[in-house]
Amino acid sequence: MRGALLRASVALGLLALWEGLPRIGLVNSNFLPPASDVARTLWRLLVSGELLRHAWVSLDRILLGLALSILVGVPLGIFMGSWKTFERTLDGPLQAGRQVSAIALFPVFILFFGIGELSKVVIIFWASVWPILLNTTIGVKTVDPVLIRSARSMSAQGATLFCKVVLPAAAPAIFTGVRLGAAYAFMVLVAAEMIGANSGLGFLVLNSQEVFKIPEMYAAIVALAAFGLGVNKLLYHLERRATVWREAGGT
Amino acid sequence: MQPSIDIRNVSKSYGGGTAPGGLLALDDVSLQVGQREFLAILGPSGCGKSTLLHVVAGLTPARGELLVHGKNVTGPGLDRGVVFQDYALFPWRTVLDNVAFGLEMKKVPRHMRAAWAYKYVILVGLAGFEDRYPAQLSGGMKQRVAIARALAFDPEVLLMDEPFAALDAQTREILQTELLRIWEQTSKTILFVTHSIDEAIYLAQRVVVMTARPGRIKQIVDIDLPWPRVDSDVRSSRPFALLRHRIWELLAEEVERAQQLASPRDPVPGRGQVAADAVAQEVV
Repeated sequence: MRGALLRASVALGLLALWEGLPRIGLVNSNFLPPASDVARTLWRLLVSGELLRHAWVSLDRILLGLALSILVGVPLGIFMGSWKTFERTLDGPLQAGRQVSAIALFPVFILFFGIGELSKVVIIFWASVWPILLNTTIGVKTVDPVLIRSARSMSAQGATLFCKVVLPAAAPAIFTGVRLGAAYAFMVLVAAEMIGANSGLGFLVLNSQEVFKIPEMYAAIVALAAFGLGVNKLLYHLERRATVWREAGGT
Repeated sequence: MQPSIDIRNVSKSYGGGTAPGGLLALDDVSLQVGQREFLAILGPSGCGKSTLLHVVAGLTPARGELLVHGKNVTGPGLDRGVVFQDYALFPWRTVLDNVAFGLEMKKVPRHMRAAWAYKYVILVGLAGFEDRYPAQLSGGMKQRVAIARALAFDPEVLLMDEPFAALDAQTREILQTELLRIWEQTSKTILFVTHSIDEAIYLAQRVVVMTARPGRIKQIVDIDLPWPRVDSDVRSSRPFALLRHRIWELLAEEVERAQQLASPRDPVPGRGQVAADAVAQEVV
């Protein structure tokens, strides 16, 4: 209760600062309009449907890129977690690949896939596939051997053993990877939309700044934050629902 | 009558057998377990008693011959149920679904599984807990689930690998008594590995004492204590004390040898000492 009160007052205090500082002239209100102005603009963009149009485009890119990452990262991670030789062979190139920033590769992607949607999906894929791949590998690799032995003693083997034991045991790690991947996807999405796009929330931020519609710029930034928070919350709840047994302790 | 488990000249070595650096865990073990018999295997730590159990479970390949109800064993099978020391429950499955795992393996139709599994949940005294997850259970309850799971697919033999070693003394005694009741109710053959002399005497009809590495059968002791042991305070009776002393003497020699074996080339240094401590604790 007291914690909630404290949190609320901190949030309100920050909002008050944002409202007050430009109003009393301590901060140039051309660069940072008061919070209420931004809120009004946000509402206007929401009502006009412009915000949702951009958000929808961004969401589309995220979902496509993330889906591609899951489609590639999870099976590959399962292979790497299951076969040591496979993992050791691929480890070097993959570690190197992981270090290459997705943003640094964006010009390459544009070169190959053009300035359209594909290069954006590819850059999101590149950014989000690594945590998914790594977490899946670790999740599969670290399945408690006791569980495997126990299932084997009941004559489970092959695909049955995999589906009934390895996969559910690795599921929490895989989920964590997907959630991390989504966070990374967000970061590069905004960058990609700023570099070469004519729609999406990232585009809205940069474009508003370029045409000096500063309240719009902040509105888009707030929308981006809310959007990211929403996606994370959604994934978090999906994860909780799928792994309810982990939280079961103590009740 | 055909024995339930027939172990014939089973040997098991790790890393090259008698070659330098190799480790002979079981050396020519032969043992017959009768139908519906409760047999305990007792030995110093690292003597290969768990290895022997895993060989019978089909989880560890070994040299020699192994028959369960006359059939040659080459791998794991649903004719044997295994209970491990560390419970080995599937944490993402409820109690009922854990118990039903073997039924799924046995291809019991879905609509029959729940009722069937529930019977065994009741048998181990966990009615009302069937929808809990393992994380919500105490150690003793987890081991009850593991026993129910191993019994649910109706194996002929129950193999138990130090199942109560991780439990506190009170829970352990309760579960020992429960196990005897379950054994009488289900009339399974039970092969029970333990390092506790008292546990072996209390539960078993015969106790196999094993030697220190390499594991051989040192002696088989008949436990001629009266049945049922559940109701009487058999643990404090004189015959029980005599048996305990006799088995302790058999075991003490082996623990001493195990200590000597704990030389620098021992892969687990100081293991012999641990074994000696374990037995010393049993005696006091």
